[in-house]
Amino acid sequence: MTDTLKISDLHVAVEGKPILRGVNLTIRRGETHALMGPNGSGKSTLGNAIMGHPGYEVTGGTIALNDGNVLEWDASERARAGIFMAFQRPMAIPGVKMADFLRHATTNVRNPDRKEGEELIPMRQFRKELTENMEQLRMDVEFARRYVNDGFSGGEMKRAEILQMAMLRPKFAILDETDSGLDVDAVKLASESIAQIGSDAGGGEKMGILIITHHDKLLDRNAPDFTHVMLGGRIVETGGIELARELYTDGYDRIRAAYPEAAAAEESMTETATV
Amino acid sequence: MATDLTQDSTTSDAALGEINKYDFITPSHDVFKAEKGLNAGIVAQISEMKNEPAWMREFRLESFKIFESKPMPNWGGDIGIDFQDIYYYLKPTNEQGRTWDDVPQEIKDTFDKLGIPEAEKKYLAGVKAQFESEVVYGSLQEDLGKKGVIFTDTDTAVREHPELLREYFGKIIPPSDNKFAALNSAVWSGGSFIYVPPGVKIEFPLQAYFRINAEQMGQFERTMIIVDEGAEVHYVEGCTAPMYTTESLHSAVVEIMVKKNGRCRYTTIQNWANNIYNLVTKRAMAYENSLMEWIDGNLGSRLTMKYPAVYLMEPGARGEILSIAFSSKGQHQDAGAKVVHCAPHTKSRIISKSISKNGGRSSYRGLCKVEDGAVGSKSNVVCDALILDSDSRSDTYPYIEVEEQDVQVEHEASVSRIGEEQLFYLMSRGLTEAEASSMIVSGFIEPLIKELPMEYAVEMNRLIELQMEGSVG
Repeated sequence: MTDTLKISDLHVAVEGKPILRGVNLTIRRGETHALMGPNGSGKSTLGNAIMGHPGYEVTGGTIALNDGNVLEWDASERARAGIFMAFQRPMAIPGVKMADFLRHATTNVRNPDRKEGEELIPMRQFRKELTENMEQLRMDVEFARRYVNDGFSGGEMKRAEILQMAMLRPKFAILDETDSGLDVDAVKLASESIAQIGSDAGGGEKMGILIITHHDKLLDRNAPDFTHVMLGGRIVETGGIELARELYTDGYDRIRAAYPEAAAAEESMTETATV
Repeated sequence: MATDLTQDSTTSDAALGEINKYDFITPSHDVFKAEKGLNAGIVAQISEMKNEPAWMREFRLESFKIFESKPMPNWGGDIGIDFQDIYYYLKPTNEQGRTWDDVPQEIKDTFDKLGIPEAEKKYLAGVKAQFESEVVYGSLQEDLGKKGVIFTDTDTAVREHPELLREYFGKIIPPSDNKFAALNSAVWSGGSFIYVPPGVKIEFPLQAYFRINAEQMGQFERTMIIVDEGAEVHYVEGCTAPMYTTESLHSAVVEIMVKKNGRCRYTTIQNWANNIYNLVTKRAMAYENSLMEWIDGNLGSRLTMKYPAVYLMEPGARGEILSIAFSSKGQHQDAGAKVVHCAPHTKSRIISKSISKNGGRSSYRGLCKVEDGAVGSKSNVVCDALILDSDSRSDTYPYIEVEEQDVQVEHEASVSRIGEEQLFYLMSRGLTEAEASSMIVSGFIEPLIKELPMEYAVEMNRLIELQMEGSVG
């Protein structure tokens, strides 16, 4: 059976304010989905809710990974079940070296039943994999000795997120604007890397990928099987790659006109946000 | 200038474990004890038991008068000590009443988790009056002796090196300095005495338990280090293993003299039981172009008040103080640093880190003073506090007194909480909540850890992990 991440009628509130108002989305392993929509439509909220951020309160609906009830798991359990999110603004952890953090994370994700204090994956094996992945991403080896996201440039942060995806080899990866703040060459490299990493999640299996983006560049090498448009906390339209093309050339006017109710919800959300 | 930063975030404050699981009741010893309480008679008796020269006896009695006349400090923490309910002197014996079997299993487990060697375990648990060091460290001692280095306990130094000792004893920290320095001066026992002759550089850290024929670490130890011109030494005291004393008061005095071009580093890692009042006075005088470094790690205790000081006496002298405090339930760490720039072109740097958890309280209290005429001096103070839950607290009391215009004095302070965002980030990569908290704490103290000798760094990291275990629900 193909691994499936199924989101049904998901409602999410942040600080008591409803943001998602009934999202339905099914991602199978091996599929690439693009999630587009205006700022504030709820795209990052969906990613954070899937990953289990405690600040995003699920007020209705379900998230299932195969037979598992994802909503019963904390973020750590979700990661170990094979869900990954590359964040738009990853947190800095001063004093913690990338290599130490990644070795710990990689061990836990590959051996989900590991008890605290049990052996980490062997240093030699870990170092070899890390070096290979860093070369692929054209990162200096020195990077592994730096503190997690501490003083990283925007580009370094994004690359570090992709590096983590490469090391953790999740079943499902959510990429939240991994292309923002990158120059053209960096986006190209990111795009190629994601395609390459996504095509092999270990054992020759592909990942299921959800790409949140405003631009087309990331999709060059990662042609979406499905494109979803989010507006006012709902997915209002789903299409193929042609929908993505339309949106990044023409914008969202047609969508707003076609879904007045969602557009009204969007407006009320934006108002609340500005208050 | 005081800032009171009690936190109110919604970070997990669930079932928090006890940080200091190590205090236990010790069985009574079959050793000589001076009678309980303190008076001039007992002070004289201590001196007599030790067969001390008249000058030391006078020094003790004079100090006792000063102790009686001094009020308790009215700042810092709550000092609830009944001075008459304490034994001030235990004569060390070769055979102690405690045996390894008396040591609770929990403590033995802690030693195992910290990876402490068998021989040291018994010493640390107070089973042995001294660490069986003669075989291992005998050649070391001989080596040092050839270079003219003196490394002994302070009681022995009073007998064998009186001129050297007397020149500085009670001069760097006079008994009149504060009530607890006076108390120590009256009843002191044990501690290390180190003299490093001109130009001699000791390559490896000298550790308290290297000492041979030492009296057992007491609660009123007195340490003195004299680093002569161009000499270098690194002294390491304490251990991450829990410290036990039968009494609830620990009040040490450490005096250090670093002469021209000399270097001295003094590293302390102490982990006290929950009932201990740890009130320590530490001060160094640094002369021309010399360097004095204090590295001070304080864990546990009911109340710690400790502010290692460096007086920069001559041009080019430098002082660095790196301190870390970890406080948990029922514990108050009032720790910090003191630097006094008395001469031109002197430099100081203070880095202070504190972690408060499970209702613990940490305070940074620091003084940076630049005297008139100390032109071109520079001082940099950074203090960071990390608060792990909503019951815990951190305060900062920086005192800056600058009497000279042409100087550069910087002070930065930050208080942070283990944020939901940082925890979530690490957990989203598969770390459990406990692993994530522990990693954030390790990262926070990393600047101190990397200054420690390797074996201490490893122990310290393990200790932090142990203390973080089960700390989050």
